[in-house]
Amino acid sequence: MTTDLPRFTRAVRLVHRTTAVLMLTCIGTAAILYNHPLAILVGHRHLVELVHVYSGLALPLPLLLGLASAAYRADLRRLNRFSAADWRWLRSRTRRDGTIRVGKFNAGQKLNAALSAGAILVLFGTGTLMYFTGLAPLAWRTGSTFVHDWFALAVGLLVFGHISFALRDAQARFGMRHGHVSRDWARAEHTDWAEEFTE
Amino acid sequence: MTDDGAPVGRRIVLGLLAVGATGVLTGHRVQNALARALAPLENRDPTGLLSLLPLGAAFRYYSVTGSVPRRGRDDYRLTVSGLVARTTEYTIADLEALPRTDLVRDFQCVTGWRVPEVPWSGVALSVLLDRANPMPTATAVRFRSFDGTYTESLTMEQARRADVIVALRMLDAPVTHDHGGPVRMYAAPMYGYKSTKWLEAIEVTDRAEPGYWERRGYDIDGYIEQS
Repeated sequence: MTTDLPRFTRAVRLVHRTTAVLMLTCIGTAAILYNHPLAILVGHRHLVELVHVYSGLALPLPLLLGLASAAYRADLRRLNRFSAADWRWLRSRTRRDGTIRVGKFNAGQKLNAALSAGAILVLFGTGTLMYFTGLAPLAWRTGSTFVHDWFALAVGLLVFGHISFALRDAQARFGMRHGHVSRDWARAEHTDWAEEFTE
Repeated sequence: MTDDGAPVGRRIVLGLLAVGATGVLTGHRVQNALARALAPLENRDPTGLLSLLPLGAAFRYYSVTGSVPRRGRDDYRLTVSGLVARTTEYTIADLEALPRTDLVRDFQCVTGWRVPEVPWSGVALSVLLDRANPMPTATAVRFRSFDGTYTESLTMEQARRADVIVALRMLDAPVTHDHGGPVRMYAAPMYGYKSTKWLEAIEVTDRAEPGYWERRGYDIDGYIEQS
């Protein structure tokens, strides 16, 4: 049997794709707003700011709209749960050798999902306070700027890590693009998940 | 479903929300302490590396147009015109010859960031207004930028404050191009958007017109709120 295994439904892939586009737009515009030479080179602060703000405001939407899909909810449930094996996987230096069996998502993916979701919500809230200057007193806006800056830096590193892991694994990228993966790859990388299909 | 265990993902999300909320409420204190400690370093850091970290003390550079022409000592002119008895044009040397005002004051952006204790130096706007001799009907002052787009206004009363200056120097050096040089406004008691960069013209008028950001939602009254 060499048929592929279904990994991500169309709805899940759509959530991933739109979140990715919005996130990269946020990061690109943030770089212009924040980095001094880029800010002066590009200028047009109001336009860049509008693109950044509306991409940011839209960023949680696909994550929420996805809840209409049962497959997306099921993936969220798996991402949410950390088993004892997950903690061992995170601590292990040889985590990729397959001795610790991994389900549909490994513990790193779970961690990335939780950190990204939390950070997106924090960036959403602080960004709202910074943009609509009438909502909160100045001290809160200063606090929001402080939190927004550090969370943005952290999210930047998170996204960078996420993309570099993806770049190292063509099958994983294929799975997110087309929705299915080879059985061999699944057995090697997500053993417990692959076995769900043989029962 | 073989994946079970504790709902750690949810705890992480809620934990980050708690950290974020705490940061919003207390961050200004941390930010001010950091900014105060690091501003002298950060604003003069020749490598620019410190500014890559959001330490809070550094200027952020706002420009509302694509590119701003560079003007220097040779081609810079500032005109004071409008409802005045005497329209005047100044070179940088002319401005330098006038009585000087030195201030050490914070630069506060309306969105929250602040650079504490920036040294500013220039000519009080009231000096230029007195020399131009406004007519009795004059009630406001309008600023235009040689970026070709930016405008701002102050009421005559605000414009005559001793801490509203036409700045020639900031951070102990001539105002750089990126900071709005060679000549920019600095209205110390107000948010940064009231301090026009790349200042080209000062027009005395009979009403305070909404400026660039004010047409896009900011208050015409730009006084920094007490916090």
